[in-house]
This record gives sequence, C-alpha cells and structure tokens, in this order.
Amino acid sequence: MTEVIKTDVLIIGAGPCGLFAVFELGLLDMKAHVIDILDKIGGQCAELYPEKPIYDIPGIPYITGQGICDALLAQIKPFATTFHLQEMAETIERIGDPLFRVKTDRGNVFEVKVIVIAAGGGSFQPKRPPIPNIEVYESTSVFYSVRQMEAFRDKRVVIVGGGDSALDWTINLAPLAQHLTLLHRRSEFRAAPGSVNKMMALVGEGKIDFVLGQVSAIEGEGGQIGKAIVKRNDGSHFEIACDALLPFFGLTMKLGPVANWGMDMKDGEYVLVDTATFESSVPGIFAIGDINWYPGKLKLILSGFHEGALMAQKAYHYVYPGKRLVFQYTTSSTSLQKKLGVAART
Amino acid sequence: MPKITYIDSEGHTRTVEGEVGATVMETAIKNAIPGIEAECGGACACATCHVYVEESWRSVVGDPSPMEEDMLDFGYDVKPSSRLSCQIKITAELDGLVVQTPERQA
Repeated sequence: MTEVIKTDVLIIGAGPCGLFAVFELGLLDMKAHVIDILDKIGGQCAELYPEKPIYDIPGIPYITGQGICDALLAQIKPFATTFHLQEMAETIERIGDPLFRVKTDRGNVFEVKVIVIAAGGGSFQPKRPPIPNIEVYESTSVFYSVRQMEAFRDKRVVIVGGGDSALDWTINLAPLAQHLTLLHRRSEFRAAPGSVNKMMALVGEGKIDFVLGQVSAIEGEGGQIGKAIVKRNDGSHFEIACDALLPFFGLTMKLGPVANWGMDMKDGEYVLVDTATFESSVPGIFAIGDINWYPGKLKLILSGFHEGALMAQKAYHYVYPGKRLVFQYTTSSTSLQKKLGVAART
Repeated sequence: MPKITYIDSEGHTRTVEGEVGATVMETAIKNAIPGIEAECGGACACATCHVYVEESWRSVVGDPSPMEEDMLDFGYDVKPSSRLSCQIKITAELDGLVVQTPERQA
C-alpha cells in the first residue's frame, strides 16, 4: 500500500516558475511538494539551455539558464521543499472541497488542497525517431529507456544515437547482449569523453560493432522487430538483424496528461486562466508560466513570476479558509523575514 | 533586403525578405513559413528548425559548428546539407539563399 503524501500544495513542474511559486507560497505559510518528469531541477532552463544567456530577468542583466535555477533554489532554501524527480502526475481526482488526489506514473499518491501546474511546454518525453510504423514495435522490441538490463540478455541489440544515453547503454549492455551494434550518423559523439573511449575500446576488442548511418525502416512481425534497414551517409542501404532497437534521440515536450484534467483549454494546448488569480476553470487548480493562456499572455519567465505571486494570494484561501491575509513586504515584515531565516535589519 | 526562399517538402516555394543580422529561422517564423517549429526559440537547443541548404549555397552558408552538429543528431532525416536555421545569420552575401524544409521536424 502506497503511503499518501499529504501537503498543502502540489506544484507540477520544477522550472523557474514552479520554483518561484514555492517561494511565494512559502511566504504565506503554504508547504509545497514539487514533481517533475526530468531527472533534474530547472525544467527547460536546465534541460534545453543551461549554458545559454537570459537577458530579461528584471534586475539581473545577464544570467544563464542554469544560473537562474541555482539562484531560485538558493532563494527557496528556507522552505525545505521536497522534490519528486523523474515522476509525472497522471491523474487528478477531486475528493473534497477543495482537496485533490493526484496519482503519478510511479504509483505515488498526493493529497493536496491546491494544485499549481507550472509545466511549461508540457512534459519532456523521449523523441520518437522518424521511422515508419515504429509505434507498432514500441515497448515490445523498441525501447526509449532501459528499465531492466536483463531483458536484453542474449539479444541482438541495436542502439541508435551519439549522446550520453546511447553510449552509457552501449557500454552497460555490451556484456549481456548476444550482439550489440551502435549506430550513429557521424563519428563524433556528444557524450562524456570517458564513455566514448570505453565504447571505442569495445569496438577495438571486437565486442561490439559501430556503424555510421541512420535507421530508415524496421521490419518484423507482431511487434517483434527482425531487422533494421540502415541508410549510410552516401545514400546506400544495408540491414542489421536484431531483436531489440533502442533509439536515444533526446527529449521533446508534449502536453501529456494535463489535457485530461478537466480544465478549459485554449486551442487544446494551454490552460485558460483568470488573470486576477491564475486559477483555471477548476477551482483549486492553478496554472502559471508557459503552460497557461490569457489575453496578452507572453511566454516570459518574468510573467510566470508575477503569475506565481498572484496565484499564492488566492491559494491561501483554499489552504487557510476564513483566515485573513495581510499583505506584507519582505523588506519590512519581521514575520516574513523570520520565515526566510534572515535577521531583521534595522 | 536579402531575399530568402523556403521550399517545403511538397515543393511549394515561398520567398520573403530577410533582415541582415536576423537568422533564417527568425525570418521564417516572422513570415509564418510552415515547416519550421523552433521549439527552443533559437538557442540551438533543439533540432526543430532544421533545413537543407540548396547545394549551390552550401559553400556560402558554411558548415555547422560542432555544437550545431551535436543538435543535428536529433534531427529528422539529416543530410550533408543539413543546418539548423537558427544558426544561419543573414548577410548581404546570402541574398537569394534557398533552403528546403524537411518533411517534418524532429
């Protein structure tokens, strides 16, 4: 039996807006857990452009994607937030007024009074390579992740890609597989040099094959792949017999389960919100950052921060019904400063 | 202003005026050219503004940087003429540039 995690607020998405929401909620005494499908905190900023510059954060002339995440993490440190990474919220059920039960793809259950969707472009999911009919083979003989290495013992495995995932699994599965072929469109890799060296050593010892090219088609029966048709860079084709294909083409953003949570949407892509509170059409479920829409919406981090601040004001009334909320400044309020763990400067 | 021509996978041709200093991706988005998604907004962090540079223009446009090559690994049907259009800055020399958009973005 899974233990139910009970808290005030569940924030879906650990990007900059989700992180700043922790801060705004925390100032108002609301505790939050944060869930994110990535294996790291920071959302797109950490996944897509950790080293890239951002020039439009108010008061910060220049910061990198990772830099803003690190700064936000430092800012929310006083609130000792629990993060649940590599986990996706799947279903939301209303069980009280307001009380929600959220189930995740890992089987965890949350019971919260408020849900804040800060999911950006949706959830990051493995990119499906452009191979005709590949979906027929998925999770039978085509896999985008490895859950159990044993499943590949004595199999003929083809791994596609040139990044860390492709190389790590090449190295890990090589001793188990009957035969392993790594396929990449060029001879340079964007993986850790140590992994590249290990892989090259395996090739040198004749333990695996490395082939230059791209998979153009797969053939098989009943979901079981039999061979991959590979296109070389000169346009010619050849075949590799295999039992399993593991493509590692990075991540793409998909809206995912958000669309099924009963909220009014804009073009089926964005959660419609009220600009006074950033609440969706479902009372108690809020949406901030890139995932929401309202007239005048700009997909800017600074807009998401503003949205988080207003969200917290309304969320307070769900978490503390009937309690009066006094607006305070961190500059002058001793009670806010106490929560932040900073001494009042007089 | 330099003219840029985009040919989609079905052969439809669209020619628009680009600004010197803007990228081929930005110019496409500004002019609502279909076939270019630019999911990451031009940070060379996805591969959804992938184009094929017309053979005669390849030497003028040049080759992708190592970072761009890394991102191209995620592209759909990558060819030797593949580039990410967010990494092609328009110059006066590129007046008349022709790029093709792939059948789909990654």
